[in-house]
This record gives sequence, C-alpha cells and structure tokens, in this order.
Amino acid sequence: MAQEAQKEKSMVLQKEMVEGLFNDLDSAKEKGRKVCYTFIPGNLSELIRTFDMLPVYPEINALQNAMRKKSAAYIREAEKHAHSEDVCTYVKCDVGMMLKGNIGPTGQKIPEPDILLLSYTGCFTFMKWFETLKREYPNATVVMIHTPYQENGVMTPEMTQYMVKQLKEEVIPKMEEVTGIKFDEEKLRRHLELSREAEDWITKIFDTTKHKPSPIDAYFAGVYYIGPINIGFRGTQQAVDYYKELYGEIQERIRLGLGPITPEGEMKEEKYRLVVEGPPNWTNFREFWKIFYDMGAVIVASSYTKVGGVYDLGWRHDPSRPLEALAEYCMNCYTNLNIPQRIDLLSKCIEEYQADGYITNSIKSCNSFSAGQLGMMREIEDRLDIPVGFIESDLVDPRYFSYSNIKNRLESYFQMLAQRKMMEAHEAIHA
Amino acid sequence: MNKYYLGIDLGSTTSKAVIVNESDEIVGRGITNTRANYKVAADIARDEAIYDARFTLLQRKISEGQGENPVVAQYLQDLKGVFKYGQFKRRMDSLELMLVKTVEEFSFDNKADVLVKIKEIIEDIRPLLHHGFIHEDLGSKNQFFRDIVSEKYNAEVEKKGPEFYEKLMLAFDKSINPIENEMVVFDFKELVEESMHYLDEKYQGMATELAANPTVPWANEDNKALVSSYKEVEAEITKYLDMVANEEIYVAKMVGTGYGRALLPFPDDCIKSEILCHAFGAHAIFPNTRTVLDIGGQDTKAIQVDRHGLVTSFHMNDRCAAGCGRYLGYIADEFGLSLNELGPEANKATKETTICSTCTVFAGAEVKELLHNGEERPNILAGLHKAIVQRAMSLIARSGGVRNEFTFTGGVARNQAVLKYVKQMVRDAYGDVTMNIHTDSIFMGALGGAMFARRNISADLPQVAKSNAHAEEVEG
Repeated sequence: MAQEAQKEKSMVLQKEMVEGLFNDLDSAKEKGRKVCYTFIPGNLSELIRTFDMLPVYPEINALQNAMRKKSAAYIREAEKHAHSEDVCTYVKCDVGMMLKGNIGPTGQKIPEPDILLLSYTGCFTFMKWFETLKREYPNATVVMIHTPYQENGVMTPEMTQYMVKQLKEEVIPKMEEVTGIKFDEEKLRRHLELSREAEDWITKIFDTTKHKPSPIDAYFAGVYYIGPINIGFRGTQQAVDYYKELYGEIQERIRLGLGPITPEGEMKEEKYRLVVEGPPNWTNFREFWKIFYDMGAVIVASSYTKVGGVYDLGWRHDPSRPLEALAEYCMNCYTNLNIPQRIDLLSKCIEEYQADGYITNSIKSCNSFSAGQLGMMREIEDRLDIPVGFIESDLVDPRYFSYSNIKNRLESYFQMLAQRKMMEAHEAIHA
Repeated sequence: MNKYYLGIDLGSTTSKAVIVNESDEIVGRGITNTRANYKVAADIARDEAIYDARFTLLQRKISEGQGENPVVAQYLQDLKGVFKYGQFKRRMDSLELMLVKTVEEFSFDNKADVLVKIKEIIEDIRPLLHHGFIHEDLGSKNQFFRDIVSEKYNAEVEKKGPEFYEKLMLAFDKSINPIENEMVVFDFKELVEESMHYLDEKYQGMATELAANPTVPWANEDNKALVSSYKEVEAEITKYLDMVANEEIYVAKMVGTGYGRALLPFPDDCIKSEILCHAFGAHAIFPNTRTVLDIGGQDTKAIQVDRHGLVTSFHMNDRCAAGCGRYLGYIADEFGLSLNELGPEANKATKETTICSTCTVFAGAEVKELLHNGEERPNILAGLHKAIVQRAMSLIARSGGVRNEFTFTGGVARNQAVLKYVKQMVRDAYGDVTMNIHTDSIFMGALGGAMFARRNISADLPQVAKSNAHAEEVEG
C-alpha cells in the first residue's frame, strides 16, 4: 500500500506485529503453544494472553484473503461442500481456506485450534461457524460464553454477574484445563491496564477527525488503525506503543494542516465529510476507497471501526474489576448495542465531527450488521436532516461487488451533496 | 442571439434530448433508440430535438402573426409526422444499398435470387411506410426506424421469401446495425418542403372525398376546417420557413445524463447523475413534487426531493432487472408483442394471475407454464405488470415512502397498465396523494439536464469557453 510506501513508523510497527503473530502461529505446534480461535466482536484478548495462547481470528483471515484476491476460490470450495450461496461469506472463505489446507493469508500454515472460544453471540452465524469448525477439529475444546443483548440499552449488574459467573465456571476452568496454566488474576490485570491505555489512545486518534481537514480517514484507513487491537494485540505493550506512535504522526499531520493519506498519496481537498455505517467491502477495497477519495470525500467516523470495542462514550477495561471488565466489554460491542443506541452513537459522530452526509454500506451476507440499517438511516435522516445514501456490496465475495453500480450511486450521492452545499451557500448569502 | 440549453439523457433503451430556452421553456424534444454507438444515439436525439425546436419556432412565428389557430396546430402536427417519413425514406435508401452490398459479400450460392427478393421486399415496404406515415399517423407513435422496418421486413420475408428465410434475415441483421449507427444529417427546409408536398396531396384527396360525400366518417369540424384552409397555413409556413431553417439554435451549454452518460463525449462538468436530473425535471413540471418514481429501461429509482427540486435521498435497484423496463421488453418478446401493445393487452385482464418468480428470466418460463395451463394472456400480463409495480413500491418504501405529491417518470410511465397499478398501490399505501404523470415523462431526465445546463453557466464561468467550443462542435 502507499501507506507502506510512505513508511510512517506506525505502519512499520503494525507490519512487525502482524508478521510476528503469523510467525508465532506458524511455529506454535513445535513450540507447544496453545491456539485459540475466536471472533473480533467481544474478543477476550487479555484472557487469551493471560493463558499464553495465540489467537486466530477467522474474520481477519477471511478479509486478508479477500484483499489478496484469494477469497473467491475459497468460497467456491465451501460451496462445493454444500454451504449455500446465502451463507455469510466470511464463514465460507474461512471454511474454504481450511478445506484447502489452512494456509493463511501470509502463505504460512494456520495451526489447528486447541480452543474454539465463542465470546459473543450477537451474531448467530458465529455459533454455526464454530459448529462447523468443531466437526473439522473434533479435538478442539469449545468454550462458549453467552453475551446478553443490550435490549433496553443498559448493562445491568445482573447481566454483568451472569457473564462473570460463566467466566468463572466455564471459560477460565476450560482454559486452565487445555493450557495446563493456572489462572493468574494479576497477569490479567496487567493486560487490562495496557488495554485501557491503548483504548485511550484509540479514542484520541479517532477524535482527530474533528479537525478540518480531517487528518485521517476513519473508515478506509481506520480499518488499518484498529488492526492491532482486532488481531489480538489488545492488552500488550506493543499495541500501546503503536497507538502512541500513530497519534504522534497524526498530530504532525494536523500541525501541517494535511488531509488523510490515501493509496495515491495525500488527499488534496476535503470536499465532503461522511459517516459510514457497515463494514467495507474487502475484495475491491482499493477501488471502493478510490471512489471516495477521488471525489474528495473523507470518512470522519464509522461504526465498523467500533466492532472490536466501543470507546467513544467513555467505557474502558477496568483492571480493578477484571472479570467484570471482560463481561462489560463483550456487552458493549457495537453489534450488541440495540438499534436506538446505535442511532444515538452515529448521530453523535455526525454532529461532533460535522459530517455532511451519512452512508450505509449494506452487506449482502451479514445479518448482524444489516438488520435495522434502513430504519437507522431513516431515523438519522429525520433527526439530523442530513443527506443519506445507501449502497450494497459484500464482505469477501467478489461476485457481489458491482463497481459500476456502486460508483453510479456514489456519484449521484456526491452530486446531491454538492448541490445541497451550493444551495446552502446560496441561502446563506441571500438570508 | 437566443441561447438554448441542451440536456441529453442516454438511457439503456432510448436516448432523449430536450432543448430549453432562457426561461426554462421546452422548445424541442428528440428521442431515438439507444444503439451500439452511443455518440450517434446522442447526436440523433439532439438533432431530433433541434428539428423539433425549429417546428416550435415556426409555430410561434405563425401565432405571432395570427394568434393561436387550431388548424395551424393540426397542420404542424401532421407535418412533423410526415417529416419523419422523409427521414425514414432516406434511411430506407441507405438500408437498401447496404442490403445489396451485404448480400454481394456473402459467399453462398443463388445470391442473385436473394437480391431479387430483397428488391421486392423493399419495394413493398416503401408504400407501406408512405401510407403509414401520411395516412395513419405512424410518425406520432414513438417508434424508431429499426423497430418499424424490422417489423415490416419480417412480415414481408414471411410472405415473400420463406425459402430464403435465413439468408434474408441474415442480410437484414448484418445491414441494420451499420445503417443505424450511421449519422445522417437532414436538410430541414428540404424535408419540410417535401412533407408539405405530401400533405398537399393528402388534403387535396380529403377535399375531393369530402366534396363527393360530405358525411365521410372523418368529417368532423376540425378536419373540415383543415381541408378548407390548409393552403393558407402552407403559405404561412413558406413565409417563415427560410428564417426558421436558418435560425441558429445556439446551444450555450449542455448536460449529459443517463445510464450511458460516462460514455458521452462531454466534459466532466457537463455530466450529471440521472437521479438528480429526473428529480429536477419532474420538479420543474410539478413544483410540489416530493417523491419521484422513475422506471427506466435498466433501473428503477425512488427519489425524494426538497422544495427546490434537489434530491435528499434515493434508492435504486441494481441487483436484478425484474422491476424495470427491460423486464417488459423481455416479456413482450415472450408473447410476440411489441412494447406498445403490452399495456393495453394487460388492461383487458379480468384478474391478475399471481407471478411467483422474482427473476426476469424465470418469469419467462413461468409464463410459458401458465399459458400451457390455459391462463388467459391478458391476465398473465396483468400479473406481470403488477409484479413490477410491487417491486417499485418496495423501493419507494425503502427510500422513505411517498411524502407529498408523487410524480412518475421514465419510459415505463407510458405503459397504461403500469400506470394503473402505480396509482392503485400508491393510493393503497399512502392514501390520497396527488399523483402526477405527464406525457413528457420519458423526457424528464433530459429536461432536468437542460435546466441544469442553464443554471450552471454563470456558476462555472471558467468553463464557459470550453462549453462553447463544445457547443460549436455539436452545432457543426
């Protein structure tokens, strides 16, 4: 990527982290390290680290494969094994990869799981996914922790206790059993402390989009920024160092009055500030991004960068209540928030970051994101009188990314924003 | 010099052009079928709009002299239809030459026999066209050269040359495309004079008929007035013809829109999204419009607009064709009907057959099965039309529903059965809202484009030089 070409120090750090993890995974079996497969939303990264396990995130592998144009073949493989066309394409990409020898996106072998840890159940596909994996890896131990949905928009003490009980009685004992390591609460606290520190930095980083021009793109570049915490480095010093470095770099961009970095260099003119709801498309990520930066559109906030944790509203991992912190973290995931909470969160982003528009990227094969998206869009449109746009694509199935259709819609959308801006300027002059 | 503004809407099925003057009044409309060569399609639509603008000028000149006169209006309407005949005649000449050339290049035997057949067929089609345009108002039916000639050619081949069927059809298929993609420039004055000559013959014939039988079926007041005073109209037209034919229709700026807009040879700042153009055009005709439904050849759009005609949100289909015009085209083919016949046939239905298939292609198979099971054709067609509108209703709902006045645009708005179901379903879902459908519905995108062209000119001063250069090229 051009970001690599520009070689900011943070990018180098991130690259080292990713390479290090895949190298560790590659040698996990020979070194006798245990491997825990888990999902990003509600990942118990600190607990996994406490038991000295290595994490594998199937969604990350799927999206990495998609960016490397490998997902289509994997999806075909999964469909050959009777996975329907409508099944989540992350699942099919992952299953296909496994069926073809479990060679990860870096070309290194992904080790088999010792634990399948399902810490978040807001997406029911996750359960089916691990059921499938359990059939393929009968020796893996399944650990499941049920996360109550924030139906009424609050995390009650009972909900937290319910989860803590599962952690104590189900998750921790099974992890002790598989790893042969005794649970060390102090160690967990130290990881949580580092998580809290990283979370502070992340919040500051995503808050820099308040500046005009915004120094970062909180969606297309944002997905890189959340990389370290979403692939298992939350709770490590490395993550803290990365975010500190990144924040410094962004501060420098602000000082110089620079806009975001794109794969084709600096974005010269910021014309539109947008908030985006929904995951990006990964198969044509660059093309997708280019449509935006070519039009001078920068994303000032996105819900997708909150899938691995929502920190905007002040919530942090609290080392003084370690198990409670893990429980609350799971419940506080973006896709575990109820629809009114999501609307409030996105509205806050639109207002605080002075967005000109709101766009939904509806993902064909993702139920947990798609449910309620239209209603949210309508509500936000009515509440804030902001121009809204709706596009459709998919996570990692290239068959569902139609460049011309998306471009056509976005062009219309940007022309609509341009008109609106012109009209507002006109009305301001004649007021 | 008067300035004009041109909007071109290059759709998947038809290309439309609208010319407005400095008061946003429509002075010319042009339409043609979209073909492989988009530039030709756009240029023909534009030329048609320019001819139409000259007719408008002619009408205005005459009414300046003598006020509104129904005879003049009728005469000009006939004149426009026959004017088309003049264009068709010239295209027929080219087609004939091309057919001969195509056959001569074939490698098969008995080419001479095929050539004889082709000559016979063309000689038979010519009077049919003549009659159709001059006596049966074919010019006002919005059919294009390709459609009309294909239909007549096919019919003649069936009659005259079934033994050479494949060769004759192959010759036609190979010839029609180059002819259609060829740009022909017509001389307005020459064609008008020729048309006046044909009309003169027609009205003389009517006069003779009327003298012999004062109660012929067509003898209403309007026609009687026309027959008795057409010579005066001719004289008026002759008086202004040179002036109108030589008037420069100076296109100060143009905007291209539609499905093929990116392929138009326009500068970037002259390309606008069809969503914005349709909304703006619809809003210009019906200023209280807040929701626009546009069903075009390849997409269906539900658009919400504000009080200025500016889009606030939109929703469109892009995964499936089963809610747009092409679906109807496909269905028409399945039934062996022309697009224009679909709506009237569906409106003969006594009930709507439920069509389960949500896919255009599968609906074709379902239709065959239903026919086989003895379902009536109109009932099946009614079901298909209803299915399209149901899809459109879902898009409207997704875009936020019908908020106030509702305007229906796009080529499919010409289909009476679609119209019936749209009215019914909008009323059922949103109550008694005002619903607008205009005879110019298909031109709304081009109109919006032309209106944008007029507005942007002062806003984009640095672009004026570029646009003028382009306008000259267009005029040339």
